[in-house]
Amino acid sequence: MKLRHTLLAAIGLAFAATAAQAEIKVGVVLSATGPAASLGIPEKNSISLLPTTIGGETVSYIVLDDASDTTTAVKNARKLVAEEKVDVIIGSTTSPASLAMVDVAAETQTPMISMAASARIVAPMDDKKRWIFKTPQNDQQMASAIIENMSANNIKKVAFIGFANAYGEGWYEQFKKLADANGIEIAANERFNPADTSVTGQALKLMSVKPDAVFIAGSGTPSALPQKTLRERGYKGPIYQTHGVANNDFLRICGKDCEGTLLPVGPVQMARSLPDSHPVKASAMTYVEKYEAAYGAGSVSSFGAYAWDAGVLLEAAVPNALKAAKPGTVEFRSALRDALEGVKEVAGATGIYSMTAEDHLGLDERSRVMVEIRNGTWSLLK
Amino acid sequence: MDMSIALILGQDGITNGAIYALLALALVLVFAVTRVIFIQQGEFVAYGALTLAMMQSGALPATVWLLVVMGVLVTALDGAKALKAGQGRRAAAVAGWNLAYPLALAGLLSVLPANTLPLALQVILTLAIVVPMGPMMYRLMYQPIASAPVLILLIVSVALHITMVGLGLLFFGAEGQRTPAFSDASFELGPLMVTGQTIWVLVVSVLLIVALYQFFERTLYGKALRATAINRVGAQLMGISPALAGKLTFFLAAFIGALSGVLIAPITTIYYDTGFLIGLKGFVAAIIGGLASYPLAALGALVVGLLEAFASFWASAYKEVIVFTLIIPVLLWRSLTSRHVEEEE
Repeated sequence: MKLRHTLLAAIGLAFAATAAQAEIKVGVVLSATGPAASLGIPEKNSISLLPTTIGGETVSYIVLDDASDTTTAVKNARKLVAEEKVDVIIGSTTSPASLAMVDVAAETQTPMISMAASARIVAPMDDKKRWIFKTPQNDQQMASAIIENMSANNIKKVAFIGFANAYGEGWYEQFKKLADANGIEIAANERFNPADTSVTGQALKLMSVKPDAVFIAGSGTPSALPQKTLRERGYKGPIYQTHGVANNDFLRICGKDCEGTLLPVGPVQMARSLPDSHPVKASAMTYVEKYEAAYGAGSVSSFGAYAWDAGVLLEAAVPNALKAAKPGTVEFRSALRDALEGVKEVAGATGIYSMTAEDHLGLDERSRVMVEIRNGTWSLLK
Repeated sequence: MDMSIALILGQDGITNGAIYALLALALVLVFAVTRVIFIQQGEFVAYGALTLAMMQSGALPATVWLLVVMGVLVTALDGAKALKAGQGRRAAAVAGWNLAYPLALAGLLSVLPANTLPLALQVILTLAIVVPMGPMMYRLMYQPIASAPVLILLIVSVALHITMVGLGLLFFGAEGQRTPAFSDASFELGPLMVTGQTIWVLVVSVLLIVALYQFFERTLYGKALRATAINRVGAQLMGISPALAGKLTFFLAAFIGALSGVLIAPITTIYYDTGFLIGLKGFVAAIIGGLASYPLAALGALVVGLLEAFASFWASAYKEVIVFTLIIPVLLWRSLTSRHVEEEE
């Protein structure tokens, strides 16, 4: 009997010893399978490139797949906090999953860095969201790049056509707010479905208001159809698209009708063409070179950069948090949260992060560049 | 809206309407002869367009392997039966059409530099791959349950539709494709700019409709199909094989579907799942024709096409709602004016 007690005590001690051992545990939830897999896979690849020691402490990463499912994402977050006792969570890939994980992070007082785009993940700031940070640009940053370009080119009257879904509606809201503030008139507001086989009606409506420019808010190859139709019907003015079309399939489908299209993209995509003076050039190139060395030339995407930037933020914040407390404790998690909020002018692959108590994204206009489609490829607009 | 916009919208509506009309005719035909609601019609459109696109990109179209697999299954079923009955020649014929033909086609395609062939040959090869899937599908899925209630046939159609969409994603990938136009010619007609492809669509549609009319009026097979549509049992008593009628019908439907796909691929971007929506609009037109009248279905298709074009101008956000709401007054009118006959149960 006595022996058993001693044994138990010894085992207990052994466990306590492991817990006290200073190792920073990072829990990662991402969508490596399911509909969001094309985003989750580069993120997963990038996680394996993140630093394994920060501030002299070993960092271990525990990656769980949520299969693009919100419920699984929440379950994984709980598992990471309860069983693995992680100090910080990175995730998830999609906005709905990230929004659902906010509760878990706040309840267990674990800082969380999301890789999803929706502005609602970190705004408006409240008691729960003070634990949440995110790395991708908001639509608003992208929209402001378009507005700036329009103002610079003296465009006063814009015709808008967007997807008849959350993407198109979200863009219309952001765009309208900024356009009103900058004295740009939205003369037509049309919608089309990604599966539509003809948008002639909408194109004629857009052209009938005689706009200075047309703005198409769609993603992927379906976004080429309005542009092709407009050109076919003889529209000669400038056409703007969103960063949702920034892949090579779009170029293939749209062909010569897309010459001259203007759109904002994250700096990662254009890293090689950025001038050396650009503030994000060096940090973006670090990521691009590392990623391509591991996964082959031309394999880099902006999605993987969101995961990489979560690592960049940790690298900046962890040393400060270590001064306050030991990893594996509530105090450390709280100190890490404060340190993340105090991050200033940290260069990631997506942009320069400067967090405040109100702004847990911290990106500014350096997080996007305008590009033009020229000779069938993307070229940076100076 | 001025006259020129109305004319352009009208042209767009008629072009789309012509495709819907072809699909609606195929739907009516399939339903009349076999009582199958042919939901997969749209998938044949997508398969036709994407097989052509895949061939043009220089790859071996993956659909040819589906044809081989279906052919092997048909051979196993029919060949075994023929052999058991001691009909060696029949077994050979079955194997020839269902085994040797797909394999020969696959061999031919892997040898031929298909992407350098003239467009007409590419189109013929595409049809040669996609169209035989129709009769094979009938043999494998519908023939064993040919006398089942309409509801069961409908459920099988839904299952096949989902399977074909899934296979389409596997074969062609998630991204869309476009093929080059049949002719780059375009000329101005007042305010209208008519492209060569639009004319191709209209001419082929009209020719096909005339050809179908001639087929049903003048040929023995056409008359056999009409007889089956009017009275299945009676036709069978007169020596018309229902299996042959079914296969022939599915052959025609697959042909119309694949040809429509080839025709619209240069006008719009086709995805693996585009077919469903196009097929559904053809279905609305077929419903207007009461799934029985060919001229009414064709007229309905034109109405759907025009309504769609004008709705996208006036209220683009509600376009689909407007098009599909059309079905409600039509059903109401049909149920009030025609005597409802319960076919079974």
